[in-house]
Amino acid sequence: MKNEFQVIADLIEKDKKVLDVGCADGTLMKFLKDNKNINIRGLEISKERVQECIAKGLTVIEGNAEKDLKQFPDKSFDYVVLSQTLQAFLDPELVIDELLRVGKKAIVTIPNFGYWKVRFHLLFKGTMPITKTLPDEWYNTPNLHMCTIKDFFHFVKSKDIKIFKSLALNNLNTSIINESNLGVKNLFADLGIFLIEK
Amino acid sequence: MNTEKNIKTLIVKKPLKLDCGKTIKDFPIAYETYGSLNSKKDNAILVFHALTGDQFVTGINPVTNKEGWWSYAVGPDKAIDTNKYFVICSNVIGGCMGSYGPSHKDPNQKVFGTNFPVITINDMVNAQYNLLDHFGIDKLFSITGGSMGGMQVLQFISNFPDKSKTVIPIATTSSHSAQNIAFNELGRQAITADSNWKDGNYTSNDTNPGKGLAVARMAAHITYLSKKGLQEKFGRKLQEREDLKFGFDADFQIESYLRYQGSVFVDRFDANSYLYITRAMDYFDLAKQFNGNLSEAFINTKAKFFIISFTSDWLYPTQENKDIVIALNSIGADVGFVEIESDKGHDSFLLDVPDFLSALKNFLDKSYEEN
Repeated sequence: MKNEFQVIADLIEKDKKVLDVGCADGTLMKFLKDNKNINIRGLEISKERVQECIAKGLTVIEGNAEKDLKQFPDKSFDYVVLSQTLQAFLDPELVIDELLRVGKKAIVTIPNFGYWKVRFHLLFKGTMPITKTLPDEWYNTPNLHMCTIKDFFHFVKSKDIKIFKSLALNNLNTSIINESNLGVKNLFADLGIFLIEK
Repeated sequence: MNTEKNIKTLIVKKPLKLDCGKTIKDFPIAYETYGSLNSKKDNAILVFHALTGDQFVTGINPVTNKEGWWSYAVGPDKAIDTNKYFVICSNVIGGCMGSYGPSHKDPNQKVFGTNFPVITINDMVNAQYNLLDHFGIDKLFSITGGSMGGMQVLQFISNFPDKSKTVIPIATTSSHSAQNIAFNELGRQAITADSNWKDGNYTSNDTNPGKGLAVARMAAHITYLSKKGLQEKFGRKLQEREDLKFGFDADFQIESYLRYQGSVFVDRFDANSYLYITRAMDYFDLAKQFNGNLSEAFINTKAKFFIISFTSDWLYPTQENKDIVIALNSIGADVGFVEIESDKGHDSFLLDVPDFLSALKNFLDKSYEEN
């Protein structure tokens, strides 16, 4: 399991109720279910991934976060997880609002467009950056709304969303992000992980 | 219509009060089972059949000598694996494969015909509930069925919230739409317009409204298929002829196919039963039973739901299946949902649709492992 999922799993206490939005093949769900006795549900748009989740014995609903989160009642999950998907929505702001309505807390991870490799790629090659977390070409990427760790940090502050924890990930290294080191983390982390609440 | 041999019957002694107000007792429920009940009695699956189905789910139906209606899904090593599970299915009341219905005789030894009480989906599941006592099963492992079978699944878990661990409604709805009712009414009108119907008293003079019933089946059959499926299978292909004949014989293959479907149906189904069962479907509105709030129907159950729809099903479209998912999510129920890609229309659940069958198998087997 990738390091990102390990970090997310560490943020969630045992025996909680969790919704994984865009749960893909259910790797994180399965881990949470088996290791932390989590009552876990998934929402996934791809029929193939939904089938993979069912084959793992996971409860998953085929659906789209922008349309289908509204069926869940307020604060019906302890945590709602959104891993590296925010940038692919037409309306990320609405999705964040919905995550925080449905979940008591939300864990959102974002591929960092401020990562130095991304900046160097654009600066020196002059073409759209391609990295480990941003593997697609500009013409076939699902990403519509890329942002940096700094952008997301400012965004949640401006919406009066409480940040419980913000973590920077660079390969296997995890470190805490705060106001004073924001510039540095924004340069050296390829992934940001935020535990937020409204 | 049915031959008594090869039909297992449970006589329900206990009176059953029907939604119409009448009470029936000492009535037969015809059933069949597959696989064997384990010693813990925790491997039973109750399957509910659709409008024209019966208790003969798989293998050769001993009455029609044709494959059972869900042979693709049920059997040894199949999605509903009879090596593992004990499958029970019974003919709905109002039906014509041995369960109490309009072709049975009333206490005065006169065939009921349309004097048989009008039954509902609720009545059907209340009658079938007696099978649990009969087999000494406290809790089923699963209940499942497609179309009208799915309606019975929803009604059953609403009536008996702790009687099944898992619940699998397939290609169904919680409320019959105006379009659904319209198609059923078309079928009923075809039957009652047949001069042989004789207000439902046809069995007493050995003629039956076969033409009307065949037309009803033809119309219904179209609703079970998709436009794309029909176009690909038949298109404008001609039936054993080089050119149009400028007449009203079956020039097109699709006409010949529908006529055939109508004619074979008449051999195995009773016209009055068709009236009764379609009526039960039309009356089905689970939300209405709970003052318009569908979630309330499921508020008392802890069962794990898995709902399945098909992309090309326009009779019970994905949105109507999703409405059930939404009602369950709004009360925090354990519900999974998948829409299966298929161009085979509503009939997809009866056919060899691998994605459907593997989803069904995986859900059942994984849930059973967690038992």
